Amino acid sequence: MEMLVGLVAGIIFGTILTLAGVIRYEKQVAAVLFKDMTIIKFMFSAAIVGAIGINLLNQLGLISLHLKPLALGAIVFGGILFGLGWALTGYCPGTAVAAIAEGRIHAIFAVIGMIIGSALFINLYPYVKPLIDLGNFGKLTIYQVANTSPFLIILLLTIAAGVLFYVFEKNRL
Amino acid sequence: MKETRLNPYIGGVLVGLLAIAVVYLTTMLIGDTKFFGTSTTFAKIAAAIQKTITPNISNEYFNKLNLKVDWQMMFVLGIFIGALITSLLNRSFKLELVPPIFMDKFGSNFTLRAILALLGGIFVGFGARLADGCPSGHGLSGMMQLSLGSLIAVIVFFSSAILFANIIYRR
Repeated sequence: MEMLVGLVAGIIFGTILTLAGVIRYEKQVAAVLFKDMTIIKFMFSAAIVGAIGINLLNQLGLISLHLKPLALGAIVFGGILFGLGWALTGYCPGTAVAAIAEGRIHAIFAVIGMIIGSALFINLYPYVKPLIDLGNFGKLTIYQVANTSPFLIILLLTIAAGVLFYVFEKNRL
Repeated sequence: MKETRLNPYIGGVLVGLLAIAVVYLTTMLIGDTKFFGTSTTFAKIAAAIQKTITPNISNEYFNKLNLKVDWQMMFVLGIFIGALITSLLNRSFKLELVPPIFMDKFGSNFTLRAILALLGGIFVGFGARLADGCPSGHGLSGMMQLSLGSLIAVIVFFSSAILFANIIYRR
């Protein structure tokens, strides 16, 4: 059952990603060059809608959260490396897989690279570990730190996204 | 005929609804809440390949990776299948060796594109493991849970990509 839900969810996700055009190299690079904000519109809309439903379900005690720890050292250094690679290759892991399916042959090299990069991490883990322990504050949500309701945070994020979307549309990005 | 396109806001809303459905259904059906993610699958593939080459590999991280086929692997396989069927149906499928923007800056040399895609992929793979997630795990699932670490990760991913893309593609 677990496998079936995963497969079906993946097929629907892949379908939406492809229809929205967000799996393209040129969309991802154009977003960070501030020329076409399609992927930002997509990502923020998804995050806000998902946040409303998931926090409702969580407040009702129907689901459990799977938070990743706030490990500042790992997030900052890993994030910088990720950003450099993302700019070069033009794909993140999910979109690279979808791009191959859309016939983008060069995305195969992106995926091979991601596997090599993962292998390097696994083998270098003992040396990288101190970085992961650096500034590790454990699992934290924004609303815990701000000591407020998750729905106030969602409201603020929605307003921020709304302002961004307005600027994007006004400038035809 | 022009390919069918979906407005990105509507696409995003649909993905948000899909995530809610997945979180609820997995909790009800299998008793474990599942969130979107993709990059751990790359690490599992790497570990599986390595295990066939150096069978006695063992360290704290390797041992934590469960090499059995799991939810996320099926999810990633689904992304491939969904993208393949959709791109064939909506005519966006195209065999492409060098993408636009890259071509404008570096020309149509496939070898150069392959090398840079591979090199970038290595940074992405390593960085995603170190940051413990990618734009699906942090950007979608983490943000939906209002995780502070994920919010910071997304800010760093984009800031770094903006900086490097403007260096790489500046004309």
